[in-house]
Amino acid sequence: MSTAVIRAEGLGKRYRRGMAETRGTLRDALTNFARAPLAALRRPKQEVFWALKDVSLEVREGDVLGLIGRNGAGKTTLLKILSRITRPTTGWAEIRGRVRSLLEVGTGFHGELSGRENTYLSGSILGMSKREIDRKFDEIVAFAEIDKFIDTPVKHYSSGMYVRLAFAVAAHLEPEILFVDEVLAVGDAAFQKKCLGKMGDVSRQGRTIVFVSHNMTALQRLCTRVVWLNGGKVTDAGDPRKVVNRYLQTNAVANLESVWEDNLGAPGNERVRLRSVRVLPQSDPGEPITVHTPLRIEFTYFNYVPDTMLNVSMILNNLEEVCVFASASDFAHRPAGLIRHTVEIPGNFLNADSYYINMLIVKDASTGILFQNSVVAFEVIEGEVVGNWYGRLPGAVRPQLKWVSQVIETSDLAASTAGDQTT
Amino acid sequence: MVTLTAGPTNETSLPEIAASVPRIRIEPPRGWLELRLHEVWQYRELLYFFVWRDVKVRYKQTVIGVLWVVLQPLMTMGVFTIFFGRLAKLPSDGLPYPVFYFAALVPWAYFATSLANCTNVVVANQHVITKVYFPRLVLPLAAVCSGLLDFMIGLAVMITLALVFGIHVTATVMLLPFFLILALLTALGVGLWTSALNALYRDVASIIPFIIQFWMLASPVAYASSLVPVRWRWLYGLNPMAGVIDGFRWALTGHGQPPGAQMLGSTSMVAVVLVGGLFFFQRIESTVADRV
Repeated sequence: MSTAVIRAEGLGKRYRRGMAETRGTLRDALTNFARAPLAALRRPKQEVFWALKDVSLEVREGDVLGLIGRNGAGKTTLLKILSRITRPTTGWAEIRGRVRSLLEVGTGFHGELSGRENTYLSGSILGMSKREIDRKFDEIVAFAEIDKFIDTPVKHYSSGMYVRLAFAVAAHLEPEILFVDEVLAVGDAAFQKKCLGKMGDVSRQGRTIVFVSHNMTALQRLCTRVVWLNGGKVTDAGDPRKVVNRYLQTNAVANLESVWEDNLGAPGNERVRLRSVRVLPQSDPGEPITVHTPLRIEFTYFNYVPDTMLNVSMILNNLEEVCVFASASDFAHRPAGLIRHTVEIPGNFLNADSYYINMLIVKDASTGILFQNSVVAFEVIEGEVVGNWYGRLPGAVRPQLKWVSQVIETSDLAASTAGDQTT
Repeated sequence: MVTLTAGPTNETSLPEIAASVPRIRIEPPRGWLELRLHEVWQYRELLYFFVWRDVKVRYKQTVIGVLWVVLQPLMTMGVFTIFFGRLAKLPSDGLPYPVFYFAALVPWAYFATSLANCTNVVVANQHVITKVYFPRLVLPLAAVCSGLLDFMIGLAVMITLALVFGIHVTATVMLLPFFLILALLTALGVGLWTSALNALYRDVASIIPFIIQFWMLASPVAYASSLVPVRWRWLYGLNPMAGVIDGFRWALTGHGQPPGAQMLGSTSMVAVVLVGGLFFFQRIESTVADRV
């Protein structure tokens, strides 16, 4: 059997709450000191949270380990600790081999510099030697398909060209161990496929890869093992198919319903107050939401003012904050009391993606009286995988449209050459 | 698909490459005593690329590029010559005013730019710091090295100027590199403190211009150090830049007093600041990606 190249024991990372945002000014430090000079001597009482807690894992040579979990589960923190960008608070890890990490596309790129110069700069920052870059330079340019523009400053590149060059540099790293964060989320579908293919190549060469992805299909295809993190801890680990399915079945990614039992905590005002918002997949219980699953969305609220003209609007966004569509209920005068609106999103309409819903309640068809962002969230995954394609189809939506295919005329010539080739 | 290739080959190849395979140990920060200077040496090529980037970008963004490097100190020299020299008639140790001022302005400009760049270097590179590992010490080192090209150009102009004014340049000029290194280490030593502090408190970047201004007044840039009363000379000598500038004037022209005893104070001061800065920077380094 192959040997362990990464071993981590009890890794933990503690952050002070808001440490990232409040980088603090000298003034704050001084006023704090002035207000309570003794507090500076005492151990500061701070709100802390553990982004990662007691994570142990072992990765063997040639393994492709996928990390899944919802945002804030600690995936990136784990990658950052393993790639030495940040230090753990507890525990230790040992890594054997040349490590490279790709946490971003285009690390170190500078807009003023040309494609050629950035290839050297970014390559060097990512850990290549100058000689290595010299040797691979032509290959990188060819992979990026930008040879004509290699001496143009990258600030004039289209975003597609920029990403292609950046990834081409990264793809030519020759690490023994590679850490990859969600970088494949950028770029067009064809290029994503090329990158996934390249990653497949890399892993076939016996390199070890640890990567974070939300692309469940890619995870299942590429990984030999998957670790599911939740709240900074390992919830499950093992066979990719099993872990991914368990992950999707629990509401790990999703927040399928928001219910407010008591009126005080619920979003609202003197006119209306939310009671619940639910996403109800019209499928068998326990089944994940696929692109084929119809969804029913239910909005329930109290109306306090009798005989008000009210309606509900929902705005469906994907995680890139692109609005997929907005839709509004009928306008009507509603009595005081509990009101419910239900809407159905048909199956074979949404693409595989993560979505969240913003809602508003509108009075007199003109005045918004209650806005509530991301009341519910859900993830739609691929149904069955068709053919050899394990990327995601592009597009915000993926309606099932009616196609008609006809043979207008057959050609004898084509038939005979095709016949020749097969014989 | 992976285990197929990984299986048999590794059994044989692992022990033999084991010696060359790097082994990385990741642990919580252990406090103050963790200088890993040998690692900086391993990353010397990256240091080169950071310097190369700074120089390229600086010259690309300006219209007249290199000319600025020469024009800036020349114009300051003109102003100093007119106001401090011709009008205020400050003594210049017997040197022509342009040479007297220019010999000070070239090292001073190098020091001031390096210190300012160094202060900003961690914050300015936060997008890289949070995405990839390398010894962070490479950044302040790059910041003080990237001004060296400008310095060389200034130095060439300085020597030309000295010759034009009929100064007999002697062998003492060979000692210029020593004073340059002292200026570099001063900028680095102070810059290590300020760049780390700047990552913690962004105000530091706003204070630095004032510090540099005061520092210039406390250094013999616009006047000769012979103006300083003898009984305060020892204190004055603790300012490493006083030694550097006096040293430059002396090495270039052979005029003025050779910096002797005061260099001792200067160099020990630099050593203290530099070593302290290294430890302080390393201390902040372990958390810098979480803070910027």
